[in-house]
Amino acid sequence: MTALDTRPERPETRLSKPRLPQWAPLLVLAVAAALGALAWLIGANTALSVLVAVVAYLVVMPVWSGVVESRRAAIDRLATGLVWSAFLVALVPLVWLIVTVVSNGISTINPEFLTYDMRGVLGNEQGGLYHALIGTLLITGLAALISVPVGILAAVYLVEYGAKSRMARILTFLVDVMTGIPSIVAGLFALSLFVLIFGPAVRLGFGGSVALSLLMIPTVVRSTEEMLRLVPDDLREASYALGVPKWRTILKVVVPTCVGGIVTGVVLAISRVIGETAPLLVVAGFTSSVNMNPFDGRMMTLPVFIYTQYTASTAQGLSYAWGGALVLIVIVMALNIVARIIGKIFAPKTGR
Amino acid sequence: MAKSIDVSDLDIYYGSFKAVEGVNMTIRARAVTAFIGPSGCGKSTFLRSLNRMHEVIPGARVEGKVVVDGQSLYDPSVDPVAVRRQIGMVFQRPNPFPTMSIYDNVLAGNRLNSKRMKKSEADTIVEKSLKGANLWNEVKDRLGKPGMGLSGGQQQRLCIARAIAVEPQVLLMDEPCSALDPISTSAIEDLIHELKSDYTIVIVTHNMQQAARVSDDTGFFNLKATGEPGHLVEFNATKKMFSSPDESSTEAYISGRFG
Repeated sequence: MTALDTRPERPETRLSKPRLPQWAPLLVLAVAAALGALAWLIGANTALSVLVAVVAYLVVMPVWSGVVESRRAAIDRLATGLVWSAFLVALVPLVWLIVTVVSNGISTINPEFLTYDMRGVLGNEQGGLYHALIGTLLITGLAALISVPVGILAAVYLVEYGAKSRMARILTFLVDVMTGIPSIVAGLFALSLFVLIFGPAVRLGFGGSVALSLLMIPTVVRSTEEMLRLVPDDLREASYALGVPKWRTILKVVVPTCVGGIVTGVVLAISRVIGETAPLLVVAGFTSSVNMNPFDGRMMTLPVFIYTQYTASTAQGLSYAWGGALVLIVIVMALNIVARIIGKIFAPKTGR
Repeated sequence: MAKSIDVSDLDIYYGSFKAVEGVNMTIRARAVTAFIGPSGCGKSTFLRSLNRMHEVIPGARVEGKVVVDGQSLYDPSVDPVAVRRQIGMVFQRPNPFPTMSIYDNVLAGNRLNSKRMKKSEADTIVEKSLKGANLWNEVKDRLGKPGMGLSGGQQQRLCIARAIAVEPQVLLMDEPCSALDPISTSAIEDLIHELKSDYTIVIVTHNMQQAARVSDDTGFFNLKATGEPGHLVEFNATKKMFSSPDESSTEAYISGRFG
């Protein structure tokens, strides 16, 4: 009995506490925006006014919450405010970039711009980026053709066969190093390779593909590796226990289970290299006419087209550069959408 | 088609670590053999060495002999893939293939080995295996649905159906009921009783009552001390094991006085 009596009194635990109304953050946001607007009217520039608004929100909200609610709630409100501001800051350049490119480029886009090349275009005559579009698609397509089998098979070796061996560790390290090589180095490597084979002053689209695949392979290896590692060992063992050989297990159980992720990784790798300029400038060169053969002669690509049009710095050149940028962004966006759709289609279904 | 397994002087290693030492036993055909013992004593390791699943883990190896129907499993000329086609396995956690429907999961053993078969033949195998695993009535209307959509107990019975669809000689079960509720457990125990007439079954279990209910023979594994290899303490008919075992440590373990 005495033990029970001497037990210390527990602090009162009330479950209901005063809470700010749901519309409180909106109200504070409105007040903060008003303060920002006031600063702007007084004569502060836009950036400073936005800063004033953000700081006002981050001060007022936690203080109000701390007075009415509790210390924990105040910290929660502060953290929420910080996370939201960081998110908006991250969003600003993205939206800004897309708005700028679209507003500057949209007026240039017309059927002629997409189907004409720049051969013999003088002054303000109508030209286009058809040659660059073809070049980009051919060079990137060939680069993907080289990198996808090499990358996926290398990842299969690393995960399924080389597990923890010295060879696999060295390979993983080299792949990591390769992810970081500057693209101009890849371009110079491809150029010197083809100069050694075909003699000096060689320029060909395939060289661009080789340079791009150097940049692509590590990305494909890394993403495929991650995906293959996500496949639980249980599935491999289940397959082995049915008397299925290892290569069939990989081909029919492991890869199908994560094929959505692999395809997404590949498409993202493509959209990552499609905008490379330096290596293509070095090894594929530039030209103003259509070249359908990547194994012979100079080939134009979209990034190089944008670069040359920009350096021409005529009014038409600038508007063509914006138009080219818009087309490139649309292609990258389309690739990303395709990656998402494919990822959805191949994702293992739970049936629930 | 069921076969007996003779094990003599089997040592099992993970790299330089000896996990199981000196096992001798004869597993009878068309009977259920259960292995009991504390965690980490090498029951599962031993079970996996019976169909060469053990060597899937890097560095794992085996010394000694496992003879099935006169053939030594660890003979250099033996193909582990062929062994696993004869000796199927059901795992602790249900692991249906997530990319496949219920129908395809049952046929996985045949399909993955690209055995050609007619649609009618495939249908017969699926129906027979699912009926054999007591799952047919629950799934016959949704064979095309993904196997991952079933409940845990159903998934485990699907895995058993998948294992018996390739008609192995022996079925190894590694704690098949440890993740299941009593009703599913009882369904699987009934199933083991039925399968006994056609297959040689070896089951690892942590549940002493389960071993007593389903098995004909029982092996008790134990560790001398932590870090020491596990060994087979006693192997006897289940009735004898649970009434008057030869070893005092078996009796201590079974009656709950471990040590």
